[in-house]
Amino acid sequence: MLDIYDFYDKMERNNIMLSFKGDITSELLTSILQIMESKLDNLQEEPKIKKKVYNVLVECLQNLYHHMDDMMLDANDRVRSAIFMIGKVDGQYNIITGNYIKADGVTPLKSRLDEINLLSKEELKEYYKAILNNGEMSVKGGGGLGMIDIARKTGQKLNYNFMAVDDKYSFFSLNIKIAQ
Amino acid sequence: METISIEGTPKTPTINFDMEKGFLEIKGRSIPENSIEFYKPLVDWLDKYASKPKTSTNVNIQLEYFNTSSSKCILDVFKKLEFIHKNGSEIVINWYYEEDDEDMLEAGEDYQAIINVPFKMVEVQE
Repeated sequence: MLDIYDFYDKMERNNIMLSFKGDITSELLTSILQIMESKLDNLQEEPKIKKKVYNVLVECLQNLYHHMDDMMLDANDRVRSAIFMIGKVDGQYNIITGNYIKADGVTPLKSRLDEINLLSKEELKEYYKAILNNGEMSVKGGGGLGMIDIARKTGQKLNYNFMAVDDKYSFFSLNIKIAQ
Repeated sequence: METISIEGTPKTPTINFDMEKGFLEIKGRSIPENSIEFYKPLVDWLDKYASKPKTSTNVNIQLEYFNTSSSKCILDVFKKLEFIHKNGSEIVINWYYEEDDEDMLEAGEDYQAIINVPFKMVEVQE
Protein backbone atom coordinates (compact mmCIF):
# COMPACT_ATOMS: atom_id res chain seq x y z
CA MET A 1 0.00 0.00 0.00
CA LEU A 2 1.10 3.54 -0.72
CA ASP A 3 2.58 5.05 2.40
CA ILE A 4 0.95 8.45 2.38
CA TYR A 5 2.44 9.38 5.74
CA ASP A 6 5.90 8.90 4.28
CA PHE A 7 5.02 11.38 1.52
CA TYR A 8 3.55 13.78 4.04
CA ASP A 9 6.55 13.55 6.31
CA LYS A 10 9.04 14.20 3.53
CA MET A 11 7.07 17.17 2.29
CA GLU A 12 6.71 18.51 5.80
CA ARG A 13 10.42 18.23 6.48
CA ASN A 14 11.23 20.08 3.27
CA ASN A 15 8.56 22.68 3.97
CA ILE A 16 6.90 22.10 0.62
CA MET A 17 4.35 24.86 -0.02
CA LEU A 18 2.99 23.45 -3.26
CA SER A 19 3.70 20.47 -5.43
CA PHE A 20 2.27 18.97 -8.58
CA LYS A 21 2.87 15.92 -10.73
CA GLY A 22 1.23 15.38 -14.09
CA ASP A 23 0.52 17.05 -17.40
CA ILE A 24 1.57 20.73 -17.56
CA THR A 25 -1.13 22.87 -19.17
CA SER A 26 -1.53 26.62 -19.55
CA GLU A 27 -4.52 26.57 -17.15
CA LEU A 28 -2.47 24.71 -14.56
CA LEU A 29 0.28 27.35 -14.75
CA THR A 30 -2.29 30.12 -14.25
CA SER A 31 -3.62 28.35 -11.14
CA ILE A 32 -0.20 27.59 -9.67
CA LEU A 33 0.91 31.19 -10.16
CA GLN A 34 -2.28 32.51 -8.54
CA ILE A 35 -1.88 30.20 -5.54
CA MET A 36 1.81 31.04 -5.12
CA GLU A 37 1.16 34.75 -5.40
CA SER A 38 -1.35 34.70 -2.56
CA LYS A 39 0.95 32.47 -0.47
CA LEU A 40 3.80 34.97 -0.95
CA ASP A 41 1.42 37.77 0.02
CA ASN A 42 0.33 35.90 3.14
CA LEU A 43 3.94 35.34 4.14
CA GLN A 44 4.38 39.12 3.81
CA GLU A 45 7.56 38.70 1.83
CA GLU A 46 9.48 41.81 0.87
CA PRO A 47 8.26 42.97 -2.56
CA LYS A 48 11.78 42.43 -3.91
CA ILE A 49 11.89 38.75 -2.87
CA LYS A 50 8.30 38.16 -3.87
CA LYS A 51 9.02 39.44 -7.37
CA LYS A 52 12.17 37.40 -7.72
CA VAL A 53 10.47 34.18 -6.61
CA TYR A 54 7.49 34.84 -8.88
CA ASN A 55 9.69 35.62 -11.89
CA VAL A 56 11.87 32.55 -11.45
CA LEU A 57 8.77 30.43 -10.91
CA VAL A 58 7.29 31.66 -14.19
CA GLU A 59 10.48 30.72 -16.08
CA CYS A 60 10.75 27.28 -14.43
CA LEU A 61 7.11 26.43 -15.11
CA GLN A 62 7.17 27.71 -18.67
CA ASN A 63 10.32 25.69 -19.33
CA LEU A 64 8.33 22.60 -18.32
CA TYR A 65 5.34 23.70 -20.39
CA HIS A 66 7.35 24.24 -23.56
CA HIS A 67 9.31 21.08 -22.99
CA MET A 68 6.01 19.15 -22.97
CA ASP A 69 5.35 20.56 -26.44
CA ASP A 70 8.56 18.93 -27.62
CA MET A 71 7.51 15.65 -26.09
CA MET A 72 4.01 15.80 -27.65
CA LEU A 73 5.04 13.83 -30.69
CA ASP A 74 6.12 11.03 -28.49
CA ALA A 75 3.78 8.07 -28.35
CA ASN A 76 4.57 7.38 -24.73
CA ASP A 77 2.14 9.17 -22.37
CA ARG A 78 4.31 8.66 -19.32
CA VAL A 79 7.13 10.88 -20.58
CA ARG A 80 4.80 13.88 -20.94
CA SER A 81 4.36 14.07 -17.21
CA ALA A 82 6.49 16.35 -15.04
CA ILE A 83 6.95 17.21 -11.39
CA PHE A 84 7.18 20.58 -9.71
CA MET A 85 7.71 21.59 -6.07
CA ILE A 86 8.32 24.80 -4.19
CA GLY A 87 9.36 24.99 -0.57
CA LYS A 88 11.00 27.34 1.87
CA VAL A 89 13.74 26.16 4.22
CA ASP A 90 15.75 28.52 6.44
CA GLY A 91 14.42 31.56 4.65
CA GLN A 92 15.53 30.23 1.29
CA TYR A 93 13.09 29.31 -1.45
CA ASN A 94 13.67 26.05 -3.34
CA ILE A 95 12.06 25.42 -6.68
CA ILE A 96 12.46 21.89 -7.94
CA THR A 97 11.36 20.64 -11.33
CA GLY A 98 11.73 17.25 -12.97
CA ASN A 99 10.88 16.01 -16.44
CA TYR A 100 11.75 13.29 -18.91
CA ILE A 101 14.11 14.16 -21.69
CA LYS A 102 15.11 12.14 -24.74
CA ALA A 103 18.49 10.46 -24.27
CA ASP A 104 20.01 12.31 -27.24
CA GLY A 105 19.02 15.64 -25.70
CA VAL A 106 21.07 15.15 -22.56
CA THR A 107 24.50 16.14 -23.91
CA PRO A 108 23.41 19.41 -25.60
CA LEU A 109 21.38 20.51 -22.55
CA LYS A 110 24.18 19.59 -20.17
CA SER A 111 26.76 21.57 -22.10
CA ARG A 112 24.40 24.57 -22.30
CA LEU A 113 23.88 24.54 -18.53
CA ASP A 114 27.60 24.08 -17.88
CA GLU A 115 28.33 26.99 -20.19
CA ILE A 116 25.90 29.22 -18.26
CA ASN A 117 27.37 28.07 -14.94
CA LEU A 118 30.85 29.24 -15.98
CA LEU A 119 29.74 32.83 -16.49
CA SER A 120 30.09 35.67 -14.00
CA LYS A 121 27.24 38.11 -13.27
CA GLU A 122 28.57 40.58 -15.82
CA GLU A 123 29.13 37.88 -18.46
CA LEU A 124 25.58 36.58 -17.94
CA LYS A 125 24.26 40.07 -18.59
CA GLU A 126 26.25 40.31 -21.84
CA TYR A 127 25.23 36.80 -22.89
CA TYR A 128 21.57 37.59 -22.20
CA LYS A 129 21.72 40.76 -24.29
CA ALA A 130 23.53 38.95 -27.12
CA ILE A 131 20.88 36.22 -27.33
CA LEU A 132 18.05 38.73 -26.93
CA ASN A 133 19.42 40.78 -29.80
CA ASN A 134 20.57 38.02 -32.17
CA GLY A 135 17.39 38.30 -34.19
CA GLU A 136 16.48 34.67 -33.89
CA MET A 137 13.10 33.96 -32.46
CA SER A 138 12.06 30.47 -31.53
CA VAL A 139 8.42 29.56 -32.12
CA LYS A 140 7.97 29.70 -28.37
CA GLY A 141 9.41 33.18 -28.14
CA GLY A 142 12.19 32.94 -25.60
CA GLY A 143 14.87 31.37 -27.74
CA GLY A 144 16.76 29.91 -24.81
CA LEU A 145 16.75 32.95 -22.53
CA GLY A 146 14.96 31.19 -19.67
CA MET A 147 17.92 29.45 -18.05
CA ILE A 148 20.16 32.53 -18.40
CA ASP A 149 17.46 34.64 -16.80
CA ILE A 150 17.12 32.19 -13.88
CA ALA A 151 20.90 32.23 -13.34
CA ARG A 152 20.94 36.03 -13.45
CA LYS A 153 18.01 36.58 -11.12
CA THR A 154 19.07 34.02 -8.49
CA GLY A 155 22.77 34.88 -8.69
CA GLN A 156 23.52 31.17 -8.23
CA LYS A 157 24.74 28.26 -10.34
CA LEU A 158 22.08 26.09 -11.97
CA ASN A 159 21.98 22.93 -9.92
CA TYR A 160 20.87 20.08 -12.17
CA ASN A 161 20.93 16.33 -12.47
CA PHE A 162 20.31 13.75 -15.22
CA MET A 163 19.32 10.21 -14.41
CA ALA A 164 19.15 7.61 -17.17
CA VAL A 165 15.75 5.88 -17.00
CA ASP A 166 16.17 3.49 -19.94
CA ASP A 167 17.98 3.59 -23.28
CA LYS A 168 15.53 6.16 -24.69
CA TYR A 169 14.94 8.57 -21.81
CA SER A 170 16.62 10.35 -18.95
CA PHE A 171 15.01 12.24 -16.09
CA PHE A 172 16.22 15.82 -15.83
CA SER A 173 15.90 17.69 -12.57
CA LEU A 174 16.66 21.27 -11.67
CA ASN A 175 16.94 22.64 -8.15
CA ILE A 176 16.82 26.41 -7.99
CA LYS A 177 17.52 28.29 -4.79
CA ILE A 178 16.52 31.85 -4.13
CA ALA A 179 18.21 33.35 -1.10
CA GLN A 180 16.79 36.29 0.82
CA MET B 1 -5.41 57.28 -37.29
CA GLU B 2 -7.07 55.50 -34.46
CA THR B 3 -6.86 54.46 -30.83
CA ILE B 4 -6.29 50.88 -29.88
CA SER B 5 -6.83 49.34 -26.46
CA ILE B 6 -6.25 45.84 -25.24
CA GLU B 7 -7.44 45.07 -21.75
CA GLY B 8 -5.02 43.31 -19.43
CA THR B 9 -5.42 39.78 -18.07
CA PRO B 10 -3.49 37.96 -15.32
CA LYS B 11 -0.96 36.92 -17.98
CA THR B 12 -1.04 39.76 -20.51
CA PRO B 13 -0.61 43.53 -20.20
CA THR B 14 -2.96 46.42 -20.88
CA ILE B 15 -2.01 48.18 -24.10
CA ASN B 16 -3.18 51.64 -25.11
CA PHE B 17 -2.00 53.09 -28.36
CA ASP B 18 -3.33 56.51 -29.34
CA MET B 19 -1.94 57.10 -32.80
CA GLU B 20 -3.53 60.56 -32.92
CA LYS B 21 -1.68 61.77 -29.83
CA GLY B 22 1.44 59.70 -30.45
CA PHE B 23 1.09 57.86 -27.17
CA LEU B 24 1.76 54.20 -26.43
CA GLU B 25 1.58 52.50 -23.08
CA ILE B 26 2.12 48.90 -22.01
CA LYS B 27 1.38 48.13 -18.37
CA GLY B 28 0.71 45.21 -16.09
CA ARG B 29 2.05 41.69 -16.55
CA SER B 30 3.43 40.06 -19.60
CA ILE B 31 3.85 36.36 -18.90
CA PRO B 32 1.92 34.51 -21.63
CA GLU B 33 3.19 31.14 -22.83
CA ASN B 34 2.86 32.34 -26.41
CA SER B 35 3.95 35.95 -26.49
CA ILE B 36 4.47 36.18 -30.27
CA GLU B 37 0.75 35.69 -30.84
CA PHE B 38 -0.08 38.33 -28.22
CA TYR B 39 2.32 41.01 -29.50
CA LYS B 40 1.66 40.54 -33.21
CA PRO B 41 -1.23 43.07 -33.42
CA LEU B 42 0.86 45.75 -31.66
CA VAL B 43 3.80 45.16 -33.99
CA ASP B 44 1.41 45.46 -36.96
CA TRP B 45 -0.06 48.75 -35.66
CA LEU B 46 3.42 50.14 -35.17
CA ASP B 47 4.16 49.29 -38.80
CA LYS B 48 1.08 51.25 -39.78
CA TYR B 49 1.99 54.15 -37.47
CA ALA B 50 5.54 54.19 -38.87
CA SER B 51 4.23 55.28 -42.26
CA LYS B 52 2.73 58.48 -40.76
CA PRO B 53 4.09 59.06 -37.26
CA LYS B 54 3.46 62.16 -35.11
CA THR B 55 6.36 64.59 -34.67
CA SER B 56 6.80 63.21 -31.19
CA THR B 57 5.83 59.87 -29.67
CA ASN B 58 5.65 59.19 -25.96
CA VAL B 59 6.05 55.60 -24.77
CA ASN B 60 5.35 54.36 -21.24
CA ILE B 61 6.40 50.85 -20.25
CA GLN B 62 5.14 50.01 -16.79
CA LEU B 63 5.48 46.27 -16.30
CA GLU B 64 5.20 44.46 -13.01
CA TYR B 65 6.46 41.15 -14.42
CA PHE B 66 7.54 39.93 -17.82
CA ASN B 67 8.84 36.55 -18.91
CA THR B 68 11.72 35.79 -21.26
CA SER B 69 9.20 34.78 -23.91
CA SER B 70 7.91 38.39 -23.89
CA SER B 71 11.36 39.93 -23.77
CA LYS B 72 12.05 39.31 -27.47
CA CYS B 73 8.63 40.67 -28.41
CA ILE B 74 9.22 43.80 -26.35
CA LEU B 75 12.54 44.18 -28.16
CA ASP B 76 10.64 43.90 -31.47
CA VAL B 77 8.33 46.71 -30.36
CA PHE B 78 11.36 48.84 -29.42
CA LYS B 79 13.01 48.09 -32.78
CA LYS B 80 9.91 49.47 -34.54
CA LEU B 81 10.16 52.56 -32.34
CA GLU B 82 13.85 52.86 -33.16
CA PHE B 83 12.96 52.85 -36.86
CA ILE B 84 10.32 55.56 -36.34
CA HIS B 85 12.84 57.58 -34.29
CA LYS B 86 15.46 57.25 -37.02
CA ASN B 87 12.98 58.66 -39.52
CA GLY B 88 12.55 61.84 -37.53
CA SER B 89 9.80 61.36 -34.93
CA GLU B 90 10.99 62.32 -31.49
CA ILE B 91 10.63 59.38 -29.15
CA VAL B 92 11.20 58.87 -25.45
CA ILE B 93 10.71 55.49 -23.82
CA ASN B 94 9.79 55.89 -20.16
CA TRP B 95 10.73 52.67 -18.37
CA TYR B 96 8.99 52.42 -14.99
CA TYR B 97 10.28 50.28 -12.16
CA GLU B 98 9.27 50.02 -8.54
CA GLU B 99 11.83 51.16 -6.00
CA ASP B 100 14.01 48.20 -4.91
CA ASP B 101 13.15 46.24 -8.05
CA GLU B 102 16.70 46.03 -9.34
CA ASP B 103 15.81 43.24 -11.76
CA MET B 104 13.28 45.46 -13.55
CA LEU B 105 15.71 48.42 -13.64
CA GLU B 106 18.41 46.17 -15.05
CA ALA B 107 16.01 44.82 -17.68
CA GLY B 108 15.35 48.40 -18.77
CA GLU B 109 19.07 49.08 -18.95
CA ASP B 110 19.54 45.97 -21.13
CA TYR B 111 17.10 47.44 -23.67
CA GLN B 112 18.65 50.87 -23.36
CA ALA B 113 22.02 49.35 -24.32
CA ILE B 114 20.55 47.68 -27.43
CA ILE B 115 18.08 50.25 -28.73
CA ASN B 116 19.11 53.60 -30.12
CA VAL B 117 16.24 55.63 -28.63
CA PRO B 118 16.38 57.86 -25.52
CA PHE B 119 15.25 55.98 -22.40
CA LYS B 120 14.14 57.52 -19.15
CA MET B 121 14.24 55.28 -16.08
CA VAL B 122 11.40 56.27 -13.79
CA GLU B 123 11.34 54.99 -10.23
CA VAL B 124 7.90 54.66 -8.65
CA GLN B 125 6.92 54.05 -5.04
CA GLU B 126 5.53 50.63 -4.25
